[in-house]
Amino acid sequence: MSTFTNSIQLVYVLAAACFVVGLHLMNSPATARRGNQVSTAGMVIAVVATLVLLIHEGTVTAVGWTVLIVGALLGSAVGLWSARTVQMTAMPQLVSMFNAVGGGAAALVAIYGYIHDESAPGGVLGSTTVFTVLDVLIGSVTFTGSLIAAGKLQGLITGSPVMIKGGRVINLALIVVALGSAAFMLTTASLPALLLVVLASLAFGVLMVLPIGGADMPVVISLLNAFTGTAVAMAGFVIQNWALIIAGALVGASGGILTKLMADAMNRSLANIMLGGFGTGDTAVAAVVAGDAQIRSIAADDAAIQLAYASKVIIVPGYGLAAAQAQHGVAELAALLESRGIEVSYAIHPVAGRMPGHMNVLLAEANVPYPQLKEMDEINPEFPRADVALVIGANDVTNPAARRPGSAISGMPILDVDQAQSIIVVKRSMGTGYAGIDNELYTNPKTSMYFADAKKAVAEMTAAVKTLVG
Amino acid sequence: MSTALVTDLTIFVLALLVGIEVIGKVPATLHTPLMSAANSIHGIVLVGALLIGLTAHNAVGYILAFVAAFFAAANVVGGYVVTGRMLKMFRRKAAPAPVKAAPAPQPAEAAGAAEQRESVRS
Repeated sequence: MSTFTNSIQLVYVLAAACFVVGLHLMNSPATARRGNQVSTAGMVIAVVATLVLLIHEGTVTAVGWTVLIVGALLGSAVGLWSARTVQMTAMPQLVSMFNAVGGGAAALVAIYGYIHDESAPGGVLGSTTVFTVLDVLIGSVTFTGSLIAAGKLQGLITGSPVMIKGGRVINLALIVVALGSAAFMLTTASLPALLLVVLASLAFGVLMVLPIGGADMPVVISLLNAFTGTAVAMAGFVIQNWALIIAGALVGASGGILTKLMADAMNRSLANIMLGGFGTGDTAVAAVVAGDAQIRSIAADDAAIQLAYASKVIIVPGYGLAAAQAQHGVAELAALLESRGIEVSYAIHPVAGRMPGHMNVLLAEANVPYPQLKEMDEINPEFPRADVALVIGANDVTNPAARRPGSAISGMPILDVDQAQSIIVVKRSMGTGYAGIDNELYTNPKTSMYFADAKKAVAEMTAAVKTLVG
Repeated sequence: MSTALVTDLTIFVLALLVGIEVIGKVPATLHTPLMSAANSIHGIVLVGALLIGLTAHNAVGYILAFVAAFFAAANVVGGYVVTGRMLKMFRRKAAPAPVKAAPAPQPAEAAGAAEQRESVRS
């Protein structure tokens, strides 16, 4: 290794250090923006160092420069456009798309490396083959898997689990083909075998995500994020580049942790989610409606009286709020209550929204100050002191049945909404959440049900409070 | 097993541990921006895509370089911009609502929707 390439490698380490510091600064909302800037700086350093290396080596042809520059500029334009125009509710889809292209690029880097080495006099090293296969496998699965996940979230593909007849058998066959080709490549360098791995992995990615229900997509996206990171790290091994290895490992670790947090908060094992079938509705059959349970419904005026004369209100937002785009309306209602000296806070369950922490972003977009957003462990002791808990579009995460054994959600961490003095639940119907069981909270004598779309309900309550307090 | 490979593996394992340590402390509030930030970091694969240019001297190489550069650049630029956009929204205190012109009065059938829009913006 020459002094020059060594110095470039050191610059890559500097870039990697920026990534670590950048992620570290994301520990608090106050420093997070700076974190993103530090991380961006690291990326710029890495890319500039690479360009310097390309110029210094002088082996890039004119056509080579053209394809790289045009490709990168076009990609940047597409990335910029999608980042600027995306709705915050569509964030998970965008993350999924970035996973797809990142994983795809990682796979392409390894495929090229393999083609190059195969024709080179030295041939392909055994270790390079291993990393190439791993990269191509993970990268290709991520590519198609993320596209399917984004399609499901966007509603382009049905959100309900798609069960393909003999899917398990096909999956098994694909794994056998991929591993068989890989084993063959260890003895003989073979490009067709590598392409076979690519095709099998692409198909596997589709079949892996299709049977998973829309409600589980957040976990899947988190997992695919970890996959992309790992694929990038493998690409780093193939081309012997520390920047890729370190950055890929960081992302792999973060994706892994988030996936686990998410799965824990849903009280499910990762294996259970990946095997799919949850949320198909077949679990709902087991839930027998307690016929004699009393349900009290409430109108806007009564709800407004409860809210306007409370001294502490806790808002519990859930997926229904995000789906109805009601976050701005809720923020307005909260601001109105606060102007009357009422203490308002938001109880955020870890899985509220469509990806980890998604609800916080949606509320931040609606101008809610982040100190009002309370995490589950912080807010739970406060429920007994709350005069009103206003549940908007949240279901399973408020079901007291989770505290007892014997139900589908037993053991799942929940918000202690039932301990509030009174509870108003905004919901479109008595339909069950995706766990497919009845929510005991709704039949609690302290609970009033407000049957309406979240956005409409919030607007009505706001208007009623305004009329009431004039 | 070559020395280079051992070095690479060491770096990989240590980076994994650093990642677990650093990310474990991020509050749930920031998990979405964190995932988005991690997302932009894996755009580092752009470096790998650019390096293809060093040895790409035929059509296959050029095509792979082009697609890889396109994908990776979209990942990097989009990832950082959207993360920045999200983080900008996190405020300690409520900022004054952006002043926007209220929508023009709507015909009767659209009144409900207009009312909602207005209440959102006011």
